[in-house]
Amino acid sequence: MAYSDKVLDHYNNPRNVGSFDKSDPRVGTGMVGAPECGDVMKLQVKVNQETGIIEDAKFKTFGCGSAIASSSLATEWLRGKTVDQALEIKNTDIVNELSLPPVKIHCSVLAEDAIKAAITDYKKKQGVLTPEAVAVH
Amino acid sequence: MKLPIYLDNHATTRLDPRVFDVMKPYFTEIFGNAASRNHSFGWEAEEAVEKARKQIASLIGATAKEIVFTSGATESNNLAIKGVAEMYAEKGNHIITSVTEHKAVLDTCKHLEKRGVRVTYLPVHPNGLVDLDQLRDAITDKTILISVMYANNEIGVVQPIAEIGKIAKEKGVLLHTDAVQAAGKIPVNVIADGVDLMSITGHKLYGPKGVGALYVRRRNPRVQLTSQMDGGGHERGMRSGTLNVPGIAGLGAACEFCQKEMPEESRRLRFLRDRLKDKLMTELDETYINGTMEHRLPHNLNISFAYVEGESLLMGINDIAVSSGSACTSATLEPSYVLKALGAGDDIAHSSIRFGLGRFTTQEEIDYTAAKVIDVVRKLRELSPLYEMAREGVDLSKVVWTAH
Repeated sequence: MAYSDKVLDHYNNPRNVGSFDKSDPRVGTGMVGAPECGDVMKLQVKVNQETGIIEDAKFKTFGCGSAIASSSLATEWLRGKTVDQALEIKNTDIVNELSLPPVKIHCSVLAEDAIKAAITDYKKKQGVLTPEAVAVH
Repeated sequence: MKLPIYLDNHATTRLDPRVFDVMKPYFTEIFGNAASRNHSFGWEAEEAVEKARKQIASLIGATAKEIVFTSGATESNNLAIKGVAEMYAEKGNHIITSVTEHKAVLDTCKHLEKRGVRVTYLPVHPNGLVDLDQLRDAITDKTILISVMYANNEIGVVQPIAEIGKIAKEKGVLLHTDAVQAAGKIPVNVIADGVDLMSITGHKLYGPKGVGALYVRRRNPRVQLTSQMDGGGHERGMRSGTLNVPGIAGLGAACEFCQKEMPEESRRLRFLRDRLKDKLMTELDETYINGTMEHRLPHNLNISFAYVEGESLLMGINDIAVSSGSACTSATLEPSYVLKALGAGDDIAHSSIRFGLGRFTTQEEIDYTAAKVIDVVRKLRELSPLYEMAREGVDLSKVVWTAH
């Protein structure tokens, strides 16, 4: 399969690889996927609690090149956004930006899910969400 | 050293230039139809075909008359299994095969199941080998055929064909083996192994694509087949169709080179394969070999690099041609059914790489490959949340994943 230049670029130079301390109240962590499905994404945001702006984002991904690229791109897009703006990122935006073929659309869906899970985790820590609303999956 | 490096010799092999030289005259000079009995064009073509028949027979311990030419191993497997099922329908309707067979065998069996044939798919041990007791127990008075591959195309494990042959003889059941990966690479002998039908193909042993053969035993017992391709009655009526003379000449020559060079070639490839294995296993932790090393083709290595997904690894080593059992690399988006059959879990399949060495593989290429794989696996593990969790002491099998 041929990869788009953007996928190759993210694969070869992944942005914002790493981890934050999960217990930090400013950090929201989203982990989605399963090893037996061949994809696991961990996406973390670090939020400025006064402004609600995501100051930093990091990821680690087990998955194909498109999954790595999708999560790498997501961390780039998350930085500088408010937590509510972050929830507006759609998987189709990722598909378009990376020119993902149909068989790789699930990678973008996973990235969107990871963003949502990370933001939900952050909001939960801030006490914004009730436990019922947390169950996105 | 030239890039990219080809290490996918279980998929296909490069045509040996010496084989190509043998084939060349049969395209434009000696172009006759081997079935033309009344002129020299036909006689010369027939001579080439008969020479190839002897070369192929010699490689597998058969006689020339027992070789039936086909278009390749998929056709050979179809002809053997469907041909026996139809011919021996009065005697029984039960076939035994194994879960790790090539699709050309499995899908042929599935086709027959729709037509009322009963098929037993034997499981394999975690080392990839079938269980002989289970095989023996599966045989009934309705069993007409056992079809077990000689060596596996993904994990390279070599099945105990001679023992299976003994059981088959004892019970009066025919034995077919798909020997595509084994013939020309390790000694196979239809007499010593008690094989009644054997499939081989040209393009896995440095011969051309589009040509293969089926060995059909003529004595003790004389095996009969219902033809699956009807027409001019070629190949003793078992496979009609004008013979692919250049391809057949190439297949014959390829078999002869393999037979002559096997001892030296297998020793050299085993050395290189073990060198690759040792480098990878020494430099990388949590790296697992799929299938037994004890009964294995000398040129095969199938390794899973835990916490690294196969397709992303292939992407990082894109100047090396190998294949992966990862779902992302397959048309069906399913991980390898062969690796799943070993019972190691889907994650092992997703993380697997198959290295298939061959006649043209050099030590320089192996050293380059080892260094590159080690480098990329390390990089991808730095990126892997699973590797991070494992190092933190998390038991990944106990994690509740949000599968999608």
